[in-house]
Amino acid sequence: MKRVYVNEEWCLGCHLCEYNCAFANSGLTDMAYALKGKPIFPRIHIEGNEKVTYAVSCRHCTDPICVKSCIAGALSVSEGVITVDRDKCVGCLTCVLVCPYGALSPSEDGIMQKCELCLKNSCGEPACVTGCPNKAIVYEERGAAN
Amino acid sequence: MSDYLIIGNSIAGIGCIEGIRSVDKTGTITVISGENHAAYGRPLISYFLEGKTDLDHMNYRSPDFYENMGVDVIYGKKAEKLDPEKGEILLDSGETIPFGKVCVSTGSSPFVPPFEGLDTVESKFSFMTLDDALAIDAVADESKRVLIVGAGLIGLKCAEGLKNRVKEITVCDLAERVLSSILDTECAALMQKHLEENGIKFLLGDSAVSFDRDKAVMKSGKTVEFDILILAVGVRPNTSLVADAGGEVNRGIIVDGRMATTLKNVYAAGDCTEGEDISLGQKRVLAILPNAYMQGHAAGVSMAGGEESFNNAIPMNSIGFFGFHAMTAGTYEGDLYEDKTEDSIKRLFTKDDLLKGFIIIGKEERAGIYTSLIREKTPLSSLNFEILKQSATTAAFSPDLRRKKFGGMV
Repeated sequence: MKRVYVNEEWCLGCHLCEYNCAFANSGLTDMAYALKGKPIFPRIHIEGNEKVTYAVSCRHCTDPICVKSCIAGALSVSEGVITVDRDKCVGCLTCVLVCPYGALSPSEDGIMQKCELCLKNSCGEPACVTGCPNKAIVYEERGAAN
Repeated sequence: MSDYLIIGNSIAGIGCIEGIRSVDKTGTITVISGENHAAYGRPLISYFLEGKTDLDHMNYRSPDFYENMGVDVIYGKKAEKLDPEKGEILLDSGETIPFGKVCVSTGSSPFVPPFEGLDTVESKFSFMTLDDALAIDAVADESKRVLIVGAGLIGLKCAEGLKNRVKEITVCDLAERVLSSILDTECAALMQKHLEENGIKFLLGDSAVSFDRDKAVMKSGKTVEFDILILAVGVRPNTSLVADAGGEVNRGIIVDGRMATTLKNVYAAGDCTEGEDISLGQKRVLAILPNAYMQGHAAGVSMAGGEESFNNAIPMNSIGFFGFHAMTAGTYEGDLYEDKTEDSIKRLFTKDDLLKGFIIIGKEERAGIYTSLIREKTPLSSLNFEILKQSATTAAFSPDLRRKKFGGMV
């Protein structure tokens, strides 16, 4: 299955992926209207140290501990993609407690959100990938994650 | 005759079904469900009281789950006797069900101390099941004063769920602090302050000793008047099926990594069991939902002849009240790293080059990175702990480890 991967050496740490992600999942058509002057809640985020930066989003693990740990049965796997049912999630953050990648975070209303590969939003393919100015983020087949 | 019999229809039972079906698509599966409900997210009962979820959204799996999995569920009956030699279970209805292999996932039951005068209290409840929540839901209104005995996870989540629905809530506990099973004194004080700011009253280091209808007499001699009494003193693993059949039982049913008990063809999973806590290096009851699922899954795979061990269990909890979260994992032993502000605390415990446990209140971002280091026993010398202790980030990992974790390419 195709996943989002990041080349640390090419990542500029520019945070554009965070903005593209937040916009793609906003349901709005105007980026400035969607994001300007507001706190954003992206499903990908930049991490790094003084030497390196890289973007982190859900690995869509083949054996996902978040799904096994969800107290509401709100996280599930469908065709390899891990999605959250926002109507079932109660925002307990158990998935944050267990995700080894730090890839889940709550949305503005406290309900969880996560990278769902832009398969359901208007973008149709990962917006972080299409918008990465240095092509550091790629969407490709590499085999199973842990 | 059922190839696989599962006693208990909660999280471990569902994990067991999914484990069996990952190996055996056709063997017959029967589930005995004491509760008259499809499996639901048990910890959701407080969110149900709070109005953050409803009966339509509490189902742990989709409504067609049992049908899709080819599972027969017998609702409203309880297993009374297990005969491992004959391979039979006797139900309280008198029926006998023969099985090939059985998984005992009977959970735990509220422990109610023998309080003097408890029988004179009309409106009293435990808080373990959806039926408990429905019963409380039916009597809660803004005229009611609630007394909750027990300031643990169950009692406090109940308090949060009821807060905006009743007149007042008092929580008492013999322990000197809230959440005494997972928080130390200072962390508990921070959480207690937050709960008090949200209107919960506490009587700690003091608990009810006797009741007279709508009045509790405390150990200190104080009296508390109430309309609704919630008993959340503690729970006990339901071990009797296995114990009575001669299986090894300590506080919980003893299982190995494959979730086999000491009885032939008898497996066990979930809150009724006692497994190895790898952060402590000892067996203990780890009554938490993720472990219930993972134990159930391992039991199911093992029962169906596959290979799956669950052998990196640790205690871990994420619990929030009124938007303020505490996360805890592992055991609190070894050297302490601490980072405190007025409204947050982070405590990391390290020993023998390993992260052994943590308590994080208020700053929970990416805490799973810490949790995974405990579960995977990652040597701290293999990463930059100076960075890691300040912030849960994979940036503290060596490039090699990070490359491996994030999928090979860098």
